[in-house]
Amino acid sequence: MSTEEENQTVFDVAAASMLTKELRDVFASGKTRSYEWRISQLKSMIKMCEEHEEDIVDALHQDLSKPKLESIVYEITMLKNSCALAIKELKQWMMPEKAKTSLLTFPSSAEIVSEPLGVVLIISAWNYPFLLSLDPLVGAISAGNTMVLKPSELSPATSSLLAKLLPEYLDVSSIKVVEGAVSETSALLEQKWDKIFYTGNGRVGRIVMAAAAKHLTPVVLELGGKSPVVVDSGIDLQIATRRIIIGKWGCNNGQACISPDYIITTKDCADKLVDSLKKELETFYGENPLESKDISRIVSSNHFSRLTKLLDDDKVSGKIVYGGERDEANLKIAPTILLDVPRDSLIMKEEIFGPLLPILIVSKIEDSWDVINSGTKPLAAYLFTNNKKLKEQFVMSVSAGGVTINDIAMHLAIHTLPFGGVGESGTGSYHGIFSFDAFSHKKAVLYRSFMGDAALRYPPYTLGKIRLMKALMTSNLWTILRALLGLS
Amino acid sequence: MIEFVQDNEERIFQALDQDVGKHPVEAYRDEVGVVAKSAKLSLSCVEKWMAPRKGDLPLVFFPASAQVMPEPFGVVLIMGSWNFPISLSLDPLIAAISAGNAVVLKPSELSPTCSSFLAENIPKYLDSKSIKVIEGGIDVCEQLLQQKWDKIFFTGSQRVGRIVMTAAAQHLTPVTLELGGKSPAIMDSSSNPTNMKVIAKRIVGAKWGSCSGQACIAIDYLLVEERFASDLIDLLAKTIKQFYGQNPIESKSLCKIVNKNNFKRLLDLLKDPLVEASVVYGGSVDEEKMYIEPTILLNPPLDSQIMTEEIFGPLLPIITLDDIYESIDFISSRPKPLAIYAFTRDEKFKKQILSRTSSGSVTFNDTLLQFLCDSLPFGGVGQSGFGRYHGKYSFDTFSHEKAILQRGFFPELEPRYPPWNSFKLHFIKLAYAFNYIGLILLLLGLKK
Repeated sequence: MSTEEENQTVFDVAAASMLTKELRDVFASGKTRSYEWRISQLKSMIKMCEEHEEDIVDALHQDLSKPKLESIVYEITMLKNSCALAIKELKQWMMPEKAKTSLLTFPSSAEIVSEPLGVVLIISAWNYPFLLSLDPLVGAISAGNTMVLKPSELSPATSSLLAKLLPEYLDVSSIKVVEGAVSETSALLEQKWDKIFYTGNGRVGRIVMAAAAKHLTPVVLELGGKSPVVVDSGIDLQIATRRIIIGKWGCNNGQACISPDYIITTKDCADKLVDSLKKELETFYGENPLESKDISRIVSSNHFSRLTKLLDDDKVSGKIVYGGERDEANLKIAPTILLDVPRDSLIMKEEIFGPLLPILIVSKIEDSWDVINSGTKPLAAYLFTNNKKLKEQFVMSVSAGGVTINDIAMHLAIHTLPFGGVGESGTGSYHGIFSFDAFSHKKAVLYRSFMGDAALRYPPYTLGKIRLMKALMTSNLWTILRALLGLS
Repeated sequence: MIEFVQDNEERIFQALDQDVGKHPVEAYRDEVGVVAKSAKLSLSCVEKWMAPRKGDLPLVFFPASAQVMPEPFGVVLIMGSWNFPISLSLDPLIAAISAGNAVVLKPSELSPTCSSFLAENIPKYLDSKSIKVIEGGIDVCEQLLQQKWDKIFFTGSQRVGRIVMTAAAQHLTPVTLELGGKSPAIMDSSSNPTNMKVIAKRIVGAKWGSCSGQACIAIDYLLVEERFASDLIDLLAKTIKQFYGQNPIESKSLCKIVNKNNFKRLLDLLKDPLVEASVVYGGSVDEEKMYIEPTILLNPPLDSQIMTEEIFGPLLPIITLDDIYESIDFISSRPKPLAIYAFTRDEKFKKQILSRTSSGSVTFNDTLLQFLCDSLPFGGVGQSGFGRYHGKYSFDTFSHEKAILQRGFFPELEPRYPPWNSFKLHFIKLAYAFNYIGLILLLLGLKK
């Protein structure tokens, strides 16, 4: 019955269909809707993280050579925090929200009730394979759904660890893990889901949304883009540089959706910035970064080739000012900086998702906005400056999922801020209560009584009724009075 | 926009009469009035809605400030519908404008008089560089859907909803789909005769009093216990006569069927002999004027088309049950509707309806009014659609909420940076857990 547990059995459309039917039946039983069930799952998830921290760190190291600190901080601790927040706030989130009513519907009372959407599909990514699988799960569980998690096959150690641990710690009848690649994902996408939550790239995002369209399934697409960093003069360059480095190479070696993709700065700043970057990079990763244990490797040979192609592009030859070394056997590329790359080079055309950092030069810093807006809307945009006016211009003119000023990526750690993209970088958002909302339907409820029935609602229609209706709809007491008295 | 509807009220009434035979009262209540009300609300609230919202920040991020700022998506497409051709085009338009977008409005070609009225007059009142009205049928829709939009807002059928979302997927365009479904009304026994009269009026008003049943939130079918069925039918019949006179087709208060296709579709629903046999009231038609009399059916087969597809017309099936509580399973075993109406005073029953069924909205002891309540989100779930609008939800539906975090350069936390060691790991773990005491102890060398 549980085909996903047997590796040899093919998970095809029939299996996917059976699986969703099973989950639908469980959902219909009402099991996942109780507060107790939701809390128990969230608590179990925290227990799982604590009891298997080493296993998780090992799996992440196997998949990405991810440094232990990054695994613990960016994957495990962030997930635990997410669970803890949900546990703390769930009662509040689950409560109906009172809604105001107006004279138009008097007497009445109204509220908005959150209810689970039903059976949801979560498709995760390979770069933060633990966090990006389980954080959406926290949202789906908090909202009371049943779900299927499809971890990325490009991070196989984490995928099989999740397939092993989730049934041990969570309610296996309501939360299923399906491992696999394109064919298993396609089989899942043919089913009717009540919501699909996808983290990944725009190409597959389109496939997911088109599949969802067949069943009118709403989607959240957490995609990516080229997140720019605008660096102004007159700032503490050392601090800015360190923050850029930790946000770029310190986050899965640039393989993160909110990684700084490229820098825009003026000619004067550029040279100083490059010097500062070189200095700090050496402090962090030593003289031979390829040997450093503090940087993740490139996830696969496909991505390795993709990235080296960007470096070998004619248009950027001679632009490498730091790094560029590669170790194909170990899938490592050293932190690399390119200065003054042409806007039409390969490296400026697509999301880099790797340890290469191009720097674009503009004549004045305000030109940055046009540069950024000439591309598709990114998931994140960053600005380092002390100039208040520049900050305002940045916030008003640059459209992105989210922006951080004078730091990198921190906005995603703030659970009161929605995390998601816009345009090519995605649709929908999550984190904190936004996760709960992403997997809920907000049902409008209106309570009326039998009093207060105005004849003017009903046919036969007369001109007098129009007058009264107009008055009522403008909710202007004086006009209503006049209409009632037949005076207007 | 407010001037537009005020100046052109008579002409709008005429256009609506031409396209769907709508009486000025319905035309004001459901179209002109809705648009005026919506525009006035947006006008008074837009500044508030546009303002960034502060977000709470945990201490560990100090000093910093967090905000969420709404910004327009950009260039949006609104596809209107034919049954409320003015309000379902202009209400989303008001929303898109409040949120600061440039807009293309494509009114439905099935309401041609209203469509050309909008195309001709909107440019006279609104900024024609930013707001365009494009008329046309399927071929025009197809061409529009091939473009890259920053948002598409569609009101219409599930079939076309799929087409719109599939086209949107090519460009990763977010969509709001306001669709429909079979919105049921439930009536239990907990009401006395006086209330029954009111209930009957509300049911009749919700079925035939809004575009003759051609409305997404019209009552599609009724669920009632077997023993009350015949009294209910008598009461409904009486009420229909009260509203529409002896010959409803002559009544000016009843809308006509929008076109021949829909007229034929509705007649076909009645062609099934078992369905035909279940007609207990009405049934007569005027093909030339495209009117169908208010018609009530009692227990047509559950697998007949009239019970499996959205009716969208003046035919009201009544399904009887042994126990009204069965209505919950009846509804929840079917696709999620846009609205559920329940006439009951049984508090336990109300709670069960709320928790065991899912729908866009639920209204107790009345009909249609949820549409007028600006603080309630208006939208579907499942097959009845996704996304919502009305009130502030309208503004939100056309906005991207951008997260903004501002930090300073001071203080600087060394443990953020490599090379890593166990002290730094410990520090970050404590910071992430917001364990401030632990952090202080660690820094003082008192925690290992």
